[in-house]
Amino acid sequence: MKRNSLLLINSIALAIAFVATAAGDPAIDASKSSIIATFKEENVPVDAPLKKFNGRIDYNAAQPNAAKAALEVDTGSLDMGSADYNAEVRKKAWLDSGTYPKATFISTSVKPGAAGQFTATGTLTLKGKSQTLTVPVTVTQAAGKPTVFDGAFEISRAYFVIGDKEWNDTVDDKVRVRFHLVE
Amino acid sequence: MQPRTAYTRTAIALHWFIALLITAGFTLGATMTDLHMSPRKLRLYSYHKWIGITVLGLVTIRLIWRLTHAVPPDEPMPRWQRIAAHGTHWLLYLLMIATPIFGWLYSSASGYPVVYLKLWQLPDLVSKNKVLADQLVQVHAFLAWTLFYVVLLHAAAALKHHFFDRDATLRRMLAWRRA
Repeated sequence: MKRNSLLLINSIALAIAFVATAAGDPAIDASKSSIIATFKEENVPVDAPLKKFNGRIDYNAAQPNAAKAALEVDTGSLDMGSADYNAEVRKKAWLDSGTYPKATFISTSVKPGAAGQFTATGTLTLKGKSQTLTVPVTVTQAAGKPTVFDGAFEISRAYFVIGDKEWNDTVDDKVRVRFHLVE
Repeated sequence: MQPRTAYTRTAIALHWFIALLITAGFTLGATMTDLHMSPRKLRLYSYHKWIGITVLGLVTIRLIWRLTHAVPPDEPMPRWQRIAAHGTHWLLYLLMIATPIFGWLYSSASGYPVVYLKLWQLPDLVSKNKVLADQLVQVHAFLAWTLFYVVLLHAAAALKHHFFDRDATLRRMLAWRRA
């Protein structure tokens, strides 16, 4: 099955990514971090946090080019603020969390920018589809404090086939995702 | 100058337009929550919120108008009726202000802000908080149902004055064309 093999490839890639970074920085502390998807319905911006995720970012300020990131998010943990909406968004037409329980991002290259900033390019895999993303990231590092990574990117619902066409007049195609990841 | 025998046209227009909006907003509010999830449901929620904010704005104007313009004197009636009528009017003002405000509070607390007419996003009155949202929606619904019953009482009293007492109570709120 195509889907299973894709999942398998994904898992392997993620495992490799984890091993590759395991020697470096500690894992993301999910309890202090947040990943929030903001969608617009009837022009109303709604923040929906993804409550369950894990991952690792290996970053050394002296060698930003060598930075690596691997993240895995439970699609079934998206919280739209009400049980009705949460049940809807897990259905096949939307995130199909039963079939595709995980979304992943694995970095392929990192380009340093101004001090405390870099641009991460990597592959986002969601609902069985992959897309190359380029994400600007701000790093906050202070002595004795965990490193913090902040950034945001936009995805298209249509590209990942999230949501029936009947919703297109009501829910914007663009979904903004912002993250605040604390090690 | 003779005391006026009817409400001003501004007051009459505001009264009936607000009455229409409240009827529509209440009907939507009472039925939309049970609908199955669909784009239509989300649209109806938006319309409900826009109607509520419009009522809030118009009632504020009406209240300012009321406080700055004379109202026609009461028709002859027993003291208890006069007290009941005025009490009902002020209770209506209170509910017409409080019901949309609690709806707005609920929107804020539930994380679904009001974007008036799809154009202007109103500021959140409280930050997102599920527990608070669950309480606010109950207060909003309680106020809306109280408003429903007080409106019924208000309308029944107006009809009683018109058809049984045969006085000018209702006519002075209908007198668009001056005699």
